[in-house]
Amino acid sequence: MATAEIEAAYAGRKIVGRVITVLAGIAVVLALLPLGAVLAYVVQHGAKALSLAFFTETVGERGEGMANAIVGTLELVGLASLMAIPLGIVAGLWLAELASPPVARTVRFASDVLAGVPSILVGIVVYAVLVVRMKSFSALAGAASLAIVMLPLVTRTTDALARTVPDSLREAALALGAPRWRTALFVVLRTAAPGIRSGCMLAVARVCGETAPLLFTAYNSRFYNESLFDPTSTLQVQIFTYTLTPNDDWHAQAWAAALVLVAIVVVLHLLARRLVKA
Amino acid sequence: MTPRVAPLPAAPALSRADRTFGALGAGAAGAVGLVLAGVAISVARIAWPSILATGGAFVTTAGWDPGRDVYGVLAFVFGTVVTSVVALALAVPVGLGVAVFLTDLGPLALRRWVRSAVELLAAIPSVVYGLWAALVLAPLLRNVVEPALIATSLPIFRGPSFGTDLLCASLVLAIMVLPTVAWIARDVLAAVPAELREGALALGATPWDVVRLVVLPHARRGLLGAVLLGFGRAVGETMAVAAVVGSRPDISFSLLSPGYTMASVIANEFPSASNDLHIAALAEVGLVLLLLTLAFNVAARVLVDRATGPR
Repeated sequence: MATAEIEAAYAGRKIVGRVITVLAGIAVVLALLPLGAVLAYVVQHGAKALSLAFFTETVGERGEGMANAIVGTLELVGLASLMAIPLGIVAGLWLAELASPPVARTVRFASDVLAGVPSILVGIVVYAVLVVRMKSFSALAGAASLAIVMLPLVTRTTDALARTVPDSLREAALALGAPRWRTALFVVLRTAAPGIRSGCMLAVARVCGETAPLLFTAYNSRFYNESLFDPTSTLQVQIFTYTLTPNDDWHAQAWAAALVLVAIVVVLHLLARRLVKA
Repeated sequence: MTPRVAPLPAAPALSRADRTFGALGAGAAGAVGLVLAGVAISVARIAWPSILATGGAFVTTAGWDPGRDVYGVLAFVFGTVVTSVVALALAVPVGLGVAVFLTDLGPLALRRWVRSAVELLAAIPSVVYGLWAALVLAPLLRNVVEPALIATSLPIFRGPSFGTDLLCASLVLAIMVLPTVAWIARDVLAAVPAELREGALALGATPWDVVRLVVLPHARRGLLGAVLLGFGRAVGETMAVAAVVGSRPDISFSLLSPGYTMASVIANEFPSASNDLHIAALAEVGLVLLLLTLAFNVAARVLVDRATGPR
């Protein structure tokens, strides 16, 4: 074949390649279009409805605040983190450091599958186990369901990152006479800490928006809760409640709440990325 | 003759602290596994009265009227499957395009930005999508898009335009599963060995040739896994769908009619369930949902894990 013919054939393939690349670019634009639309609406409508009262008044009291819902979200997410993060880190470390390979593989698989279980089912379970027994919707039940959603995320992040720690570090620690637990906690965990911290932050961000399991665990409330055993309002549930109403004032409130929620999630994401880079 | 060198000391047994650490870790990891089993068992237990009362009719009929104790799951299964399939049909081509853009075709300078944006897309809470869909997307569909679709007089676009219907739910779902599909597909494509790509490039392949002839064939099972994971996500998605699906337990083959999904009926009715049988029946809906998502997730995980290397 003459060089010209080869060139011609190649030119054809190059054109096809260009076209496909453009198509992939269009796919990216299509994917980011709704992101832009959602963010634009949330920021525009949310900013209009945000006021000082939004952060100081409680829900429904003249209908202009969400102070108790903001506190509720922070309270629930904080409690859930306290339950899930230590447990998840210990489980992940154990998987990476001590578990026998078949056991580790099984638990990893179970935890990946658990991460795929619809969170509303977690709500049903917590409702049956905690709410029915304690005879009341409660912050505790809400936090427990969020913790169950977080647990597989934290476990798998810790496990995956602990396994990227080079064996030479472990061997060095063990050769110096450190027992396995010290090696795991002070060598492996320390080395992997930035990544794990950022993974935990992403898990926190994820449950900040988690709504379905709260509908019948933390439920909702117009007031600050007096204890962890009372129904608790959250931004997420409040947004959903207001979405379903035909009332424009409440819609404005929902946009404002959505803005606050998205801001929390985005800040957590940015922090997580900073941590990995540092 | 006895050996003259001293025998090596036996390997030291794990110290007590190490054993405690091991037990603690095993307990914690066990908790993860237990939670999964616990969810399955307790959903089944709550559903038990309904399983006894409704028997096989629950899974073979479509009526749902808690006031008269009539419970059948089919309309919800139908709504779930239709919205998820339509969502995947929209999201998979776009998601694959994004994945290929991120691994092979996109300009390097842009990839980082696109990655961050896709992460952000995945990070926005489901209720926020629900709010946006109910207040922005649904009116747009009702007033502009659906009248145009009805004008095509295709059988899947029939009836009045509600805005809150199967089509709207499918569109939100498509937006929400897109990052899942794109992300996992990206992982799978990135796991295709660089040697294969380099080999093809060395033979004169264009970047698209590399994708078409080497990367996609090598990754096809993993990609199927990505699609299945997306499906699992779509099936279980609750809040955004509950806001716009129309909440009517009917089986209609028009995408413009209101429908209902398994997850959204639980979200809407469970908090205000009228009696114990109603609660049990909703839990049974949950059980069907659990079995469906478990099946998809297990299959998807097997495929994706094989594609991205040993765990």
